[in-house]
Amino acid sequence: MMTQATVTSPPPTPEARIRRPAPKPGSARASVLAEGERPSRGARIAAWIFMGAVTLYFLVPVYWLIVASTKSTAELFSTPGFAFANLNLVENLTNLSTYNGGIFWRWMGNSMIYSGLGSIAMTFICLISGYALAMYRFKGRTIVLGAVLGSMLIPQTVLAQPTYLLLVELGLNNTIWGILLPSLAYPFGVLLAFVFAQSAVPMELLEAARLDGASEWRAFFSIALKLLSPGGVTILLFAFIGSWNNFMLPLLVLSDARLQPVTVGLSGWSQAAITIPGLQTLVVIGSLVSIIPIIVVFVSLQRYWKTGLAAGGVRF
Amino acid sequence: MRVAPYVFLTPFILSFVIFMILPIVVALYTSFFQVKRSGLGFGGDNDSVFVGFDNYVQAFANSAFMDSFGRVLLFGIVQVPIMLALSLLLALLFDSAVVKAKRFFQLAVFLPYAVPSVVAALIWGFLYQPRVSPIVEGLADLGVSVDFLGPGTVLWSIANVAVWSVTGVNMIILFSALQTVPREMYEAARLDGASEFRMALQIKLPMIYPALLLTTLFSIIGTLQLFNEPMTMRSVTSNISGSYTPNMAIFNATTLGGNINLGSAMAIILGLATFVLSIVVSVATNRKKGKA
Repeated sequence: MMTQATVTSPPPTPEARIRRPAPKPGSARASVLAEGERPSRGARIAAWIFMGAVTLYFLVPVYWLIVASTKSTAELFSTPGFAFANLNLVENLTNLSTYNGGIFWRWMGNSMIYSGLGSIAMTFICLISGYALAMYRFKGRTIVLGAVLGSMLIPQTVLAQPTYLLLVELGLNNTIWGILLPSLAYPFGVLLAFVFAQSAVPMELLEAARLDGASEWRAFFSIALKLLSPGGVTILLFAFIGSWNNFMLPLLVLSDARLQPVTVGLSGWSQAAITIPGLQTLVVIGSLVSIIPIIVVFVSLQRYWKTGLAAGGVRF
Repeated sequence: MRVAPYVFLTPFILSFVIFMILPIVVALYTSFFQVKRSGLGFGGDNDSVFVGFDNYVQAFANSAFMDSFGRVLLFGIVQVPIMLALSLLLALLFDSAVVKAKRFFQLAVFLPYAVPSVVAALIWGFLYQPRVSPIVEGLADLGVSVDFLGPGTVLWSIANVAVWSVTGVNMIILFSALQTVPREMYEAARLDGASEFRMALQIKLPMIYPALLLTTLFSIIGTLQLFNEPMTMRSVTSNISGSYTPNMAIFNATTLGGNINLGSAMAIILGLATFVLSIVVSVATNRKKGKA
């Protein structure tokens, strides 16, 4: 990757080299004027080295994970970490799929339900709320907006223990609902939807729909929802990542291993691996498999999360 | 008066009240009670007794809980500036003409954000372990012996996992802010003979000040909430105690300790601490901006 990228950088033209004499005191001003946005060769080389080092730092752990996923337990501890050994990937995948009655895939399914279903429901709630806040003037609007903004300062994890207490009171601990329902409240998503709706849905369109006799409900569903969908994808993405990341609440609430999301399951295996060394391989391959869906979603929806981040900050 | 907006907002308001306000009320209420066993021995029932601020007194007297605050503060003082400086430097580079192949590099930097923090901690946990890690091995071959999981180093190893995970998001937020700065400002500065470095310092930084404040604030909040990474890495080292961070202490008191009342008091304290620190940071940075 690195070499290929280096080649794409155009070599400085001879003219450029001539135009830029050795830096002398006082000449800096002239050279900046002459080049406009073109940075000096030294700066470009330094930038390449820096970017190379940074890219290594961010990608090497993922590379290691891929390599380690192809190794048997013995090889994991005995062969050089960054080099492939015998390809054991299929065997590891089989072990992963069969261990403890295939509970890993159950965890993956749970995560898909919690993050997928939960985020879709939550995104819908965010869109319809943001739309209401942007398109209508009504009593209590400023109170709701204030609550949305204020609650941005309450981090999810501070709420984990209190939410657990509440779920116990409601008898919802150790159930799917105990994870799904709390994830519906997402003020940041409402704020994003509010910002999106202000720019994406023209008030005139709403008026026209009303003149045509459409109900408020229909105006939202058949006109606004479509216009809001790019913003919706962004909210969905953040909601999905956030809830796939959720750890403390499920750890508190779900004692039944068959209800746990994949993060809780994997960290449980990692704890158990202290006494069962064979589990190390499963932790490695399980980690890899668990991040593949998110990475695919991420790379394919790049333009959405970029617009989303431009629209506001992000809560993490 | 139209009903529609109220109908549209009902699901959000319900979920907000039930799952954001109510938990805090329940935790507050719980934090003022203690479970006392009435009668003697095994036969007695457990009664909840109002004890006022007893649980708070206990929490403040709990040295492990207090130490955990010191630990995350130290962590934040080091990790937040390093991470933000790296994010800012990357954002400035991506905004300039110096770096080519921007899309590839941006994706590389942002990719770790897609890795859940638990999985990030698992991966780095392997990379810190002497028997597995090619990094530890490679350094040993160079004659450098490091113990990433020692009592003095493990905090910084956790900090590294956090830097790895969140630099990308912060970079994108700062980069998006930089992209909104009108290009004409740069042209004007260039005509005045400003160097790229001076432009970055004197034009770009002030222009993206709100984004910088936002990222700083959320990073500090994130630091106080530290839980996933240290909790996960307990499986590779014994140098992370059960009450290593405030959230772990809360978790510990609530589950293993079996004292949900103390756990609630701790959660309220952590919530207040987070709130106060957020306010202090935004006031302090606003004042600084006023002077500049």
